[in-house]
Amino acid sequence: MNIVVCLKRVPDTETRVRIDAEGTGIETDGVKYVMSPYDEFALEGALRAREAAGTGEVALVTLGDAASGETLRQGLAMGADRAVLLDGTVTPDGLATAKAIAAEIEGVDAPLVLLGVKAADDDQQQVGPMLAVVLGRPCATGVVEFAVEGAVVRCERETEGGTEVLELPLPAVLTITKGAYEPRYASLKGIMAAKKKPLEQKSAIAVEPGLVVERLELPPDRPPGRVVGEGPEAVPELVRLLREEAKVL
Amino acid sequence: MGFQVAAKFQGIDFYNLDALFSEEERMVRDTVRDWVEDRVLPVIGQAYVERTFPTDLIPEMGELGVLGANLPEKYGCAGLNNVAYGLIMQELERGDSGLRSFASVQGALVMYPIYAFGSEEQRQQWLPRLASGEKIGCFGLTEPDFGSNPAGMITTARKTSDGWLLNGTKMWITNGSMADVAVVWAQTGEIGDTKGIRGFVVPTDVAGFSARDQKGKLSLLASDTSELVLEDVELPADALMPETSGLKNPLMCLTQARYGIAWGGIGAAMACYAEALEYGINRIMFDGPIAGKQIQQVRLAEMVTKITQAQLVAYHLGRMKDDGTMTPQQVSLAKRANVDMACEVAREARRLLGANGILIEYASMRHMANLESVYTYEGTHDIHSLILGQTVTGIAAF
Ligand SMILES: Cc1cc2nc3c(=O)[nH]c(=O)nc-3n(C[C@H](O)[C@H](O)[C@H](O)COP(=O)(O)OP(=O)(O)OC[C@H]3O[C@@H](n4cnc5c(N)ncnc54)[C@H](O)[C@@H]3O)c2cc1C
Repeated sequence: MNIVVCLKRVPDTETRVRIDAEGTGIETDGVKYVMSPYDEFALEGALRAREAAGTGEVALVTLGDAASGETLRQGLAMGADRAVLLDGTVTPDGLATAKAIAAEIEGVDAPLVLLGVKAADDDQQQVGPMLAVVLGRPCATGVVEFAVEGAVVRCERETEGGTEVLELPLPAVLTITKGAYEPRYASLKGIMAAKKKPLEQKSAIAVEPGLVVERLELPPDRPPGRVVGEGPEAVPELVRLLREEAKVL
Repeated sequence: MGFQVAAKFQGIDFYNLDALFSEEERMVRDTVRDWVEDRVLPVIGQAYVERTFPTDLIPEMGELGVLGANLPEKYGCAGLNNVAYGLIMQELERGDSGLRSFASVQGALVMYPIYAFGSEEQRQQWLPRLASGEKIGCFGLTEPDFGSNPAGMITTARKTSDGWLLNGTKMWITNGSMADVAVVWAQTGEIGDTKGIRGFVVPTDVAGFSARDQKGKLSLLASDTSELVLEDVELPADALMPETSGLKNPLMCLTQARYGIAWGGIGAAMACYAEALEYGINRIMFDGPIAGKQIQQVRLAEMVTKITQAQLVAYHLGRMKDDGTMTPQQVSLAKRANVDMACEVAREARRLLGANGILIEYASMRHMANLESVYTYEGTHDIHSLILGQTVTGIAAF
């Protein structure tokens, strides 16, 4: 069974973000980039599904600049079979991204398309569902585990206090979140093998973004902490403040 | 991965050496770094105080491909270049010198000689299993009375009608008690004849072979260090590594291991420096962070300077090794300088940490104690001084 995994190169989640001079993006100097962690879950899920099926290929697709090649090779090192880099500008408009990716996926024989539930940088959660709409396929979001059974895929989602089980006919689009798919380490042999796997680079179709970022700001500095006293005697005052000022109790 | 609360280690790279490493080299390093962060750091303190080597990490190291990683894929190894191999040693030693020692012995002192001097049968039999971690190896050169001067070894191998008979004692042998196979160096001629020294591949379950744990260590506690006793050990003729022809063969193995140690020292030093820096910024004394005091800034400045110098030495040594131009004397310089650097950094980090610095909850004193072994094995610091001294003066002073 062939599976496509869409992934995005994002700043490492440990990055201390600084706003750039225009005030609409982040300073990229000295920033370390990684595969978005949710995409790692999606890739792990895809690799396990391929292993369970015993046949098929896992193809990676990303929209980004040439540097995204490194992220794709990371995915190839983890075990994906081939990768496509859609060379183009990533905008904050999920629909524009979805359309660019859909143009590539439409021609690929892959009944299952997986994405991370969201990109760790902009947290928008748009691309997966929008890609499903553009492709005209059903979509399950926030999937923690899935299994392909013949012509359907069964998905588990975690809901408030319970589990929801969904069944979707293939072809389908799933967005994956933290759950069953703790990503594997790329083996060192895998890193060497990744060099020899196909990585195709093509121009992304041009899509006019429907939204632009006006302004980006860091959260205001947190006010300094306050010591209300010491030892057990301080507890009543602490409780009073938590109740009346912070309103968290 | 990506979900830790504690700040993830980002490396120490004051001179932007990252730009000199290839994408693959960085990927290898970051993979091993993540693994050490996730799998080693949470357990190593406990293993250390319990004086055990965390053996369940061995198959994981095999699966990652760190064992004999610079040997060919044909034998189940990762086929990496020597810079990537060095970066692996660096990251393992950021975890613990015991872990790096395990990998050094397995890769550079057991797999390398079998690959370089062994028969094709010996390679086929051992290398894939050693690469996967299914089998463990040790290297027996040092003897109770012959440490810095292995040329005088008194372990003997005598030819019999159908093979070899080995007798002798090897001391301070890393992995000795848990090994499935020992690469043993023995004298086949007159005692003191450096050309008579040969290497043997000895399965540790043969009659007459025994290993005893070295008790009472205060360094490298998360590592198996043992004494090997060979008492009338009978071996078939094909236990001999056919391409060994003298003392130069074990010395070639040591060059491989010392090369990795030159990188390993950087890893241990990075761990200590990063710990000291973080502690210095967070520890408030006299109304301010101790990192804001001039004395501690000198300490930190010295540390980052020494680490950067060591990185440049290791990097260039690695490129020379890959080009085939590296000399053993250049390896001596790097082992000597980088391990000495690590010893200093670890000690200063421990001091900066104050009383907390003596606890196992922090890494600096563990590294500091470990590094005394690293300073001593694979040619003591002094022996490397003498090698360099001989190289520059032309006068041997051993
Ligand atoms: C934890 C640990 C693990 C080890 N693992 C292994 C292993 O796996 N396999 C193995 O074969 N060996 C191993 N060794 C042994 C190690 O290589 C030796 O300890 C080392 O070579 C030094 O030998 P020695 O201890 O006999 O010291 P000695 O040779 O007795 O040296 C004692 C002191 O004298 C100095 N010295 C020696 N000769 C001279 C000279 N000519 N001039 C001036 N000073 C001199 C030394 O620098 C040192 O300070 C290990 C050692 C340790 C501590």
